[in-house]
Amino acid sequence: MKDKLQAIRNQAISLLNDVKELKALDEIRVEYLGKKGQLTQVLRGMKDLSAEERPIIGQLANEVRDEIEQKLEEVKNKLLEEEQEKKLKEEVIDVTMPGKKKKTGRRHPMNLVLEEITEIFLGMGYKIADGPEIETDYYNFEALNIPKDHPARDEQDTFYINQDFMLRTATSPIQVRVMEKQKPPVRIICPGKVYRSDAVDATHSPVFHQIEGLVVDKNITFSDLKGVLEVFAKELFGDKVNVRFRPHFFPFTEPSAEMDVSCVVCGGKGCNVCKGSGWTEILGCGMVHPNVLRMAGIDPEEYTGFAFGMGLERLAMSKYGIKDLRLFVENDIRFLKQF
Amino acid sequence: MNIPMSWLKDYVSIDCDIKTFVDAMTMSGSNVENYLEQGKEIDKVVVGKILSIEKHPDADKLLVTKVDVGSEIIQIVTGASNIKEGDYIPVALNGSSLPGGIKIKTGKLRGIESQGMMCSIDELGLEKEDYPEAAEDGIYILSEEYPLGTDIKEVFGLNDIVVEYEITSNRSDCFSVIGIAREAAATFKLPFKYPEIKVKEIEGNASDFISIEIDNPDLCPRYAARIIKNVKIQPSPKWMKQRLIAAGVRPINNIVDITNYVMLEMGQPMHAFDYDKLKNKKILVRNAKAGEKIMTLDGEDRNLDESMLLITDGESPIAIGGVMGGEETKVTEETKTILFESANFNGANIRLTAKKLGLRSDASVKYSKGLDPNIVIDVLNRASQLVVELGAGEVVEGIVDAYPAKREPKTIPYSVEKINSLLGITLSEEEMIDYFSSLEFKVNKEAKTLTIPTFRPDIEGNADLAEEVARLYGYDKITTTLERGTPTVGKKTYSQKIEDIIKNTMEGQGFYEIMNYTFESPKVFDKLNISENDDLRKVITISNPLGEDFSIMRTQTLNGMLTSLSTNFNRRNEEALLYEVGKVYIAKELPLKELPEEKSKLTIGMYGELDFYDIKGTVEVLFEKLGMSDKVEYNLEQGLSWMHPGRCASISCNNKELGYIGELHPNVAKNYDINTRVYLGVIDISMIEEAANLDRVYKPLPKYPAVSRDIAMLVKDEVLVKDIENIIKQRGGKILESYSLFDVYKGKQIQEGYKSVAYSITFRASDRTLTEEEVNKAMKKIINGLETNLEAHLRE
Repeated sequence: MKDKLQAIRNQAISLLNDVKELKALDEIRVEYLGKKGQLTQVLRGMKDLSAEERPIIGQLANEVRDEIEQKLEEVKNKLLEEEQEKKLKEEVIDVTMPGKKKKTGRRHPMNLVLEEITEIFLGMGYKIADGPEIETDYYNFEALNIPKDHPARDEQDTFYINQDFMLRTATSPIQVRVMEKQKPPVRIICPGKVYRSDAVDATHSPVFHQIEGLVVDKNITFSDLKGVLEVFAKELFGDKVNVRFRPHFFPFTEPSAEMDVSCVVCGGKGCNVCKGSGWTEILGCGMVHPNVLRMAGIDPEEYTGFAFGMGLERLAMSKYGIKDLRLFVENDIRFLKQF
Repeated sequence: MNIPMSWLKDYVSIDCDIKTFVDAMTMSGSNVENYLEQGKEIDKVVVGKILSIEKHPDADKLLVTKVDVGSEIIQIVTGASNIKEGDYIPVALNGSSLPGGIKIKTGKLRGIESQGMMCSIDELGLEKEDYPEAAEDGIYILSEEYPLGTDIKEVFGLNDIVVEYEITSNRSDCFSVIGIAREAAATFKLPFKYPEIKVKEIEGNASDFISIEIDNPDLCPRYAARIIKNVKIQPSPKWMKQRLIAAGVRPINNIVDITNYVMLEMGQPMHAFDYDKLKNKKILVRNAKAGEKIMTLDGEDRNLDESMLLITDGESPIAIGGVMGGEETKVTEETKTILFESANFNGANIRLTAKKLGLRSDASVKYSKGLDPNIVIDVLNRASQLVVELGAGEVVEGIVDAYPAKREPKTIPYSVEKINSLLGITLSEEEMIDYFSSLEFKVNKEAKTLTIPTFRPDIEGNADLAEEVARLYGYDKITTTLERGTPTVGKKTYSQKIEDIIKNTMEGQGFYEIMNYTFESPKVFDKLNISENDDLRKVITISNPLGEDFSIMRTQTLNGMLTSLSTNFNRRNEEALLYEVGKVYIAKELPLKELPEEKSKLTIGMYGELDFYDIKGTVEVLFEKLGMSDKVEYNLEQGLSWMHPGRCASISCNNKELGYIGELHPNVAKNYDINTRVYLGVIDISMIEEAANLDRVYKPLPKYPAVSRDIAMLVKDEVLVKDIENIIKQRGGKILESYSLFDVYKGKQIQEGYKSVAYSITFRASDRTLTEEEVNKAMKKIINGLETNLEAHLRE
């Protein structure tokens, strides 16, 4: 019986050594360790053994079983590993094939620029204010120091609803509305749609977007205005940009200025885009006119302030190199996808 | 405003180079838009004399000429037909250049050498209209005999630099040579030389010729006149023509040219009447009568109203004051005696009149800006001086001047400290006084006051003075600081955050943001199939639109969205997922008596491989993000005429209307040339703001397992999924965790009029593992409910 057990073991081990696939492994398990397997049958014959022999053979039988099981496990792991290895090799793919993209949309390019600007001013302590697009004569003109017969009314070709109401020509009415409601310190920016009767072409639109800013507090100076707007310009256009302030006229600010930045195309050397001047006009600004403060109920003797305003379309066009304003309202997906 | 440097230099001695000049002027407030160096492109073009002309042996249309150009005699082959021997002509020599980058070199024309080119007026880069004597199509024949070889630029006065200034509307005084000269003088700290005006008069008395009466001094504060006798109408001298051309004004004849010249120089328009055509020896300035008419000198009949100011001869209108003279009294070749008008008019009224008449003349543009009445006499005398200088006539002694209320210069206080603190600089009083003086403000240092000349009505207080100081000191020299005021917090409001969430969520789901015009055509309502009596048609109309297509403020956002979808569809973009956040304008009452409501709307539009449930899913995700999905309800909406009547859902929240989603009515899609199904959604953003909940509270993750049961049932077609879910919700009890629809089936094996609906229902308790029994009980309740309320038959 001892020999038989040895033979079973040797046979099983040698069979296992030659196994090439997992299926064969199961067959061997059944053949030797199964209910009707060889080893089981040998063990069944143990009842015929003497009391002395029984434990010795029993022990041997257990050893053989353990050995076969161990070998089985070993071979199984080896085969699994080989199989995995083979599978991985087969699974080689062409990683240069295109990826599966998840659909995602985008902000309108104009609002991307608006957000960039907004973020700069939020960081400097400004809030964002809003107001109506259909305005009264008072807020659009009177309160901004543009009385009935002022020539500036002609310059801003206004769309009228009737004598009393019009489409706002700037976002400045928001400034007045905020000043009426809020005591200084006031720090706001006011983005929004504005309307002027310009026929549609590549560089003109009867509807466009402005973003204005207003600061009112004690001891606000023209040098503060310069400082804030210089920070803004450098944040938006990069540290290398130069700015200059030129005197200008707006009815609602005094002194007034226009801010130029060194031409983004040529860097200030002079090119076609900047008409050789090296500068691009970016925004209008100035110290809030005392009449404007007074009309909004703020004492100009106690408080001063500055205001500025710029056109978003122009900024977006220069930032992205867009030459035709009409693309902004055409909404062709192939355009919108680019930003 | 275009001003030749030579003219400016009559009144201020500028000697720096042009680049320095224009930069400094720009930085002191007279923004230079551009400058043109005349004749810059012309080189080696001289005066020549034609000595001989012969036919070209091999070409019928060419001539071979010998031309004396001073230094030598050259041969030129030309195709011109208007030349003769002895003519003085402009010659472009070998190696010369002409405007437009043209280079002239010796070459051969049909075998004969040509050593240069004779020039037409066009080839010299000049406007034919400015030189009426030039041949219509040929070489320009000089009218005078110049030394041969003279540079042609000298002949045409092309050595000037013309500077174009952008003048702001507050500085009407700067629409003139003397105004800019005064600014240049202050900018460069140079003396300003006011024109020396002296008039040589002949004996007589102007007041014997004319009397002046002003009916309405508000509209005409001053009216002065002189009489010019023995008028000789002829062309102006070359120097005057050249300056006018350079400034962009076409020379006509001496009298017209003088009035234009003085307008450019002094900034105030003038008018010349043919004195003999006046019916009375009287000028009466009055408002027009209703229905009154005048033919202006452009030959147009003008209908006037009572707001307009007329110049009359006491009987008939002879000019629309400050806008345009009348045809009947205009100066002609036959005119013998002239009445020169120099007057001041109310700028606002002139602007209104010009606008009403649609008549923007040079005069009305200047007067509209509001001019200084104290310049009237200088203007009149300057013109008279030029009349004598040009030999255009003789000036009768005396001026008739009606000036009922003299405008006096105002005196205002100044504060060095306030000016400094507004600007953030520390200039001394002396420095400021220097600037004030250079602008002709009279300083009283003891009283700390300034007397402001009447040509500067824009100066009213310290803020204005600060600007004068700053621009002469230099905006660029003012240091930059950051505000030291009270700190404020920069933060978005709740509404702004909601808008951000909406936009981010839409973009996360693949939608592109679009922008549209907020005014549109009234025709859109028909296009959108919106019924005649719909409230959406109550639109706010623009009274002066760019055209009908831009004439109403939108009350809906569909047209913009559909137009954009149509653009994409017709450009063969396979799919488009778009959204817009924008306003509609709803009048409370029409015509508008108070500000309308401006409502923000989220508009969603899409086409492609999509169906209704894509757009529904989109808004469901949005409402989840906004923390409001459990309050939102969807119901079949059949009342929107532009939507598919069976595929549109109204969305409500707490019984308030939030908006709708659905498929566009195919007829409307056709109107927009979209040949596919379009899905639309419109949601009111203020309602979202009301319903959204941005607060989040953590719910512990489950510790015990869930149990899921699937059920399938047969229900009648009319039964809505919502009805089934309501029952599951009501009857599932506390342990109901979630349910999800996984199949709706109609067709084979299903009885006509019925559908099979299958749900997976999940139960869980937070504190224990559920028993079989508990779940069975809950399921039984649900099934009972479905059977009794919806007549559902459970499918095994």
